[in-house]
Amino acid sequence: MDVLDLTRLQFAVVTIYHYLFVPVSISLASAAAGFQIAWIRTSREKYLHLTKFTGKLLIVTFAVGVVTGLVQEFQFGLGWSAFARFYGDVFGPTLAIEGMLAFFLEATFLALWYFGWDRLPRWLHTATIVVVAVGTLLSAYIILAANSFMQNPVAYALDPVTGRAHLTSFTELLTNEVVLAAFPHTMGGAAMAGGGLLMAIGIWRFKYDRAFLTLSRAGAWMMLLGGAVTAISGDHLGKVMTAVQPMKMAAAEALYETTTSAPFSVFAIGELGHDRPFFSIEIPGLLSFLGTGSFGGTVQGIDDLQAAYVAQYGPGSYVPMIPVAFWTFRLMIGAGVLGMALAAYHLWSSWSFDRRVPLLPEFLQPGRGTPGWLRRFVLIAPLLPAAANTFGWVFTETARQPWLAFGISKVADGISPGLTAAEVIASLAGFTLVYGLLAVAWCRLVVHLSRKPLVPAPEATEEPEPVPAY
Amino acid sequence: MITFWFAVLVLAWVLYFVLEGFDFGVGMLSFLGRDEHERGAALRTIGPFWDGNEVWLVAAVGVTFAAFPDWYAALMSALYLPMVAILLLLAIRGVALEFRGKHDSPSWRRRADLLLAVSSGGIVLLWGAVLGVLVDGLALGADGEVTGTGLGRSLGPLLSPAAGLGALAALLAAVLLGATFLALRTTGPVRRRARDVARHTGTAGAVTLLLIGIGTGSRLTLAAAAVVFAAGLLARRTREGLSFAAVAAAVAAAVVAVFTAHGDVVLRSTLDPAWSLTRESAAAGPEALRLITVAGVLILPGVLVYQAWSYWVFRRRVASERVAS
Ligand code: HDD
Ligand code: HEM
Ligand code: HEM
Repeated sequence: MDVLDLTRLQFAVVTIYHYLFVPVSISLASAAAGFQIAWIRTSREKYLHLTKFTGKLLIVTFAVGVVTGLVQEFQFGLGWSAFARFYGDVFGPTLAIEGMLAFFLEATFLALWYFGWDRLPRWLHTATIVVVAVGTLLSAYIILAANSFMQNPVAYALDPVTGRAHLTSFTELLTNEVVLAAFPHTMGGAAMAGGGLLMAIGIWRFKYDRAFLTLSRAGAWMMLLGGAVTAISGDHLGKVMTAVQPMKMAAAEALYETTTSAPFSVFAIGELGHDRPFFSIEIPGLLSFLGTGSFGGTVQGIDDLQAAYVAQYGPGSYVPMIPVAFWTFRLMIGAGVLGMALAAYHLWSSWSFDRRVPLLPEFLQPGRGTPGWLRRFVLIAPLLPAAANTFGWVFTETARQPWLAFGISKVADGISPGLTAAEVIASLAGFTLVYGLLAVAWCRLVVHLSRKPLVPAPEATEEPEPVPAY
Repeated sequence: MITFWFAVLVLAWVLYFVLEGFDFGVGMLSFLGRDEHERGAALRTIGPFWDGNEVWLVAAVGVTFAAFPDWYAALMSALYLPMVAILLLLAIRGVALEFRGKHDSPSWRRRADLLLAVSSGGIVLLWGAVLGVLVDGLALGADGEVTGTGLGRSLGPLLSPAAGLGALAALLAAVLLGATFLALRTTGPVRRRARDVARHTGTAGAVTLLLIGIGTGSRLTLAAAAVVFAAGLLARRTREGLSFAAVAAAVAAAVVAVFTAHGDVVLRSTLDPAWSLTRESAAAGPEALRLITVAGVLILPGVLVYQAWSYWVFRRRVASERVAS
């Protein structure tokens, strides 16, 4: 691997890692806010305990999100200084505004919430967690807008003297049609990620502590509803993507020839070359529907697009890695659908419904309790959405190749000119080591926190209130 | 507009170094607590603040990127490995701090305390060295990039005397900030020991700053030396609020001195003055500057208000034994 590939690998590793934790933070912040509002509205203790438990998971996950996010903020200068110079006017303000607007809110108010239980009036205390939840959504939106610029550059002009990109309208940047479609999609995916975690913990623990059943059901609802949002918005995102980056959609199906009423293969065996693979299961017209909204629509093929891009941008290959695009797209959808099915099954089987539904086989009867296999393999509940999120991003980013920002500049032109391979290898090793340790610590802590009873024993001692320092 | 953003940028870096400086210091000094509970108390003084403080780094880097993209690009890529090391240590530190109290096992907590102290110290040394390098300048070429081979390209600059002196000064400053903050926010034995530390490092810090001030001829640094000395004296008299404020002011002055060491030049090239980055040459275009001006004016005052409010909410001294939630 040369410096470029190493730097790309490093970017991918640290960003994917960041995005394992971030969706969990985003959805747990909203979940904690929801539980707390339920608690002050109903005064039922159960919601208070759920709030505190979710809050602890949130704090622990948020910490990892923060320290890995900090790396992201530096990345653009570390490995991609040419990119930082070229797009500084577009990217810099966007990141700065994200930091000032969203991260300060999140960090300050999360601390106020977590440490403020007995310091703030109840309504104000509840408001602090709502602010945190809003902050996470804001930061997600702004960073997605920055990413959407790379998928579909809008609101910029190239400086005639320096050749650099200048921002022409921030509102236009924020209303890029790609971000409008990607935001609900990623937030649905985030709800699935946090929901999967809550559901897994709930299912694992409720055998020992009945209170956890509510948690598992709340998590399953988040997963199911989040899944519905990703599916609906994913369909829309597919159409937007077909319009702005037709090559990506063609790559997702390994469709070389322009085809009307193009099929979607659910599965394929064999090489994804010009000949149709050795074996595949296809749903006729589905690709056309995903891309154009009509089963009879025309989807452009890779060969035609390559020829058109050569004519427009000059010689070179404009074809991304086909197998990666093909499989990540399917795995994203597959993992998500499986996760939804799991959530639906849990909701159904733990439903307190005491009549039999006629005609249904025994194992599908409602309210028959959680089967042993689900408890044993419950770890897949958080892993499936995490996998779907990762596959989705790998698809989005690698099928954008060779472009850094689509149609304006290529990835190879973005790297820091002086960077040496030794430096990247050293830093990659450092990230791998430290991030590995963080993951181990996070897992141990989550397991430890989940083992505690949801309803804590009453506090033993009360200490006198210390005096103010200032 | 460029001057205005330069001022905002310096302010963000000053706030970062002062605020996170005291929590780095507390991280290093948690061992003033003799047992787990005293250490826990020491760390709870920064529990609600460290993350908000760290966002000033996000803001400072973000503003540097937004207002002076070339500066951001040159600095990060030239100091690639030191920056990565800082990031890795920050990752360890943040997680150690946040995970420590959530687990009941004493060995978990002991490990977290150790990691916290080591990483805090490492970060402070590295930041100090980076600031020292900033004063010295970097071997920037015509394209604003540093060339070189292997690991030495970005590690080399750290081996200069300026970097060493910067690291030493930063270490003393962070210890002082941490000690005066701990003295201000704790009770009992931790408070007493923190005051002792402040007294002793006050003199050492003043001497180091004095040397740097004489070496670089920076009047601000000389002033900072005097203030640090005064802070050490104040710590002796239990004027804890004042002594913390004095140290904070001195650190702020020293950071300002670093950023204004070469007047208009923000990043000096040691190869050819013509290749140095100036405020003008590194600045973003007018549209980007206008955008962040509007955003900054709308957002930052609010940030300052609610952060101040959080310091007010958590103003009580922390005694050992009290559990956080
Ligand atoms: C739990 C997560 C999850 C699930 C179940 C799905 N997705 Fe997805 N998908 C993502 C999580 C995700 C993501 C990680 O959030 C991505 C990466 C970049 C982005 O904007 O969203 C993404 C990207 C992404 C893109 C690429 C956008 C681009 O390149 O600009 C398309 C076309 C789809 N998705 C379509 C779908 C469809 C049709 C789904 C069918 C149900 C689907 N996704 C399920
Ligand atoms: C958080 C979710 C994200 C994930 C998982 C992700 C994933 C990836 C991956 C896998 C690559 C490597 C592509 C390759 O090797 O060809 C990459 C590259 C890159 N991504 Fe993303 N990305 C994410 C978000 C973003 C965002 C929000 C931005 C911009 C703000 C961004 C900017 C970049 C850049 C600059 C590169 C390097 C150029 C390249 O190799 O394509 N990414 N990312
Ligand atoms: C590659 C581009 C990215 C950059 C530069 C970036 C930057 C950051 C930074 C600096 C932080 C720490 C904030 C703090 O100190 O409190 C952070 C946390 C966060 N990021 Fe990212 N991020 C990136 C990708 C993403 C993506 C794609 C999303 C969501 C769609 C996201 C959402 C968040 C959220 C919600 C947080 C706060 C919650 C948490 O810490 O877990 N980020 N990010």
